[in-house]
Amino acid sequence: MNAPLNHIVHRQSSHCESGVVANMLNSQGYELSEPMVFGLASALMFVYLPMVKVGGLPLIAYRMPPKSIISSVCKKLNVKLTSQKFSNEDEGMKALDEALANGKLVGLQTSVYWLPYFPEDMRFQFNAHNLMVYGKNEAGDYLISDPVFEDVVTCPAESLKQARFAKGMLAAKGLMYVMDKPDVTSDLAIQIRKSIKKTAKMMNGLILPFFGIKGIYHLAKKIDKLKNAPEQEVGMFLSNIVRMQEEIGTGGAGFRFMYASFLDEASQLLKDDKLHEISQFTTEVGDLWREFAMKAVLFCKKRKNITLEEVSASLRVCAEHETLLREKLLAWSK
Amino acid sequence: MKKEEVPQDSCKSYSGHKKLIYAVGDEGHYEGVKSSGWEVEGFATEMAVKALDEQLAQATIDYQQGKVSPLGYYIPLFRFDLMSLAHATGFFQWQIKRHITVKVFNKLSDKKLMKYCAVFNISLEELKKPVIKS
Repeated sequence: MNAPLNHIVHRQSSHCESGVVANMLNSQGYELSEPMVFGLASALMFVYLPMVKVGGLPLIAYRMPPKSIISSVCKKLNVKLTSQKFSNEDEGMKALDEALANGKLVGLQTSVYWLPYFPEDMRFQFNAHNLMVYGKNEAGDYLISDPVFEDVVTCPAESLKQARFAKGMLAAKGLMYVMDKPDVTSDLAIQIRKSIKKTAKMMNGLILPFFGIKGIYHLAKKIDKLKNAPEQEVGMFLSNIVRMQEEIGTGGAGFRFMYASFLDEASQLLKDDKLHEISQFTTEVGDLWREFAMKAVLFCKKRKNITLEEVSASLRVCAEHETLLREKLLAWSK
Repeated sequence: MKKEEVPQDSCKSYSGHKKLIYAVGDEGHYEGVKSSGWEVEGFATEMAVKALDEQLAQATIDYQQGKVSPLGYYIPLFRFDLMSLAHATGFFQWQIKRHITVKVFNKLSDKKLMKYCAVFNISLEELKKPVIKS
């Protein structure tokens, strides 16, 4: 059996989905940074869904749902996206091999739990992890560019199959995708303005109180209500927020720093000082989220005399500043 | 956050890996900076891992004392909970709850048990008689 091996650019990224998109396009000579991908996709968000429980704790996210970065960036940049799902596992693996043999770089949606190269403490039942396969070695192991890792990795076929076809919430169903660089590149200036406008609009939240700035206030209110709950429960609730904000591939402060990086890059590209100012303000917003995380954990540790009110107040400060950020973005993108 | 403020706290959960964080460099522009972890984040992670470990330890004891079926042991082992396992197997949560009891588990058909085997990626024998790793 021949061992296909394609040329790639592997750059470590903060987030799996924006990282795979950036690496896939960069490998084809379409230069685009991870923050630019994230920003163009208008992926910045805040979500608090108390009724959706993950491991018994409410779902909290700082970005748009999985797969939205892939689809919106491809649409914006006229990248041809071909994706496939499979009901038969062996067919799914065969299609992957064929695409590799044809010199394609293949994006896959996988479950983190079944990827053996992940450290033990990071393996959870999470089905929406993205990676890029670029070849296969003599032993039949797949060569993988997993964007959240410093270097490329390998994975045995059996494990990769398990990871692609793990069942459950957000099940990948073997999803694989290929991107083809467009012949004509789109005008980034126009797309940047559009995407910032969209983010600004969404930041206010939708009708329901679970999204954007409304969602942040809603979460603050919930923290206040935990006042009489058992210590253990409060601790798990707060540490869950911190984990979603910092641990789960966000580039720090729940993607706020990545978004600030996008604004910074956009300001240099468009030679727009105003945008650089907004980037600096976004950094301040990110710093405030980090401060909130610190207070939440200090409360869990019961060190110093920090009250639950101080924790929720710190979260409200984030919401207030996101309101200001929204106004700035809206005014700029008008 | 400035580049030099990016925490390098060598978090245990990173197992020697480094993560990419975006921070402001000397020229006032953003760049990617590798981080060995933030103590605040590490604490939150360890809390979650500890809770899972405790859950598994309790489930192991419960299984060994015959209070729960092997399923009760495997759920925390594979880091599932009722909701995620219900999604993965197609069973309702109340069904899984019943399957956790020894009495109901012992009467389950192989066909039903195989659904769990597929999700856990183990054999029928392993599902019926777990080999407990200490």
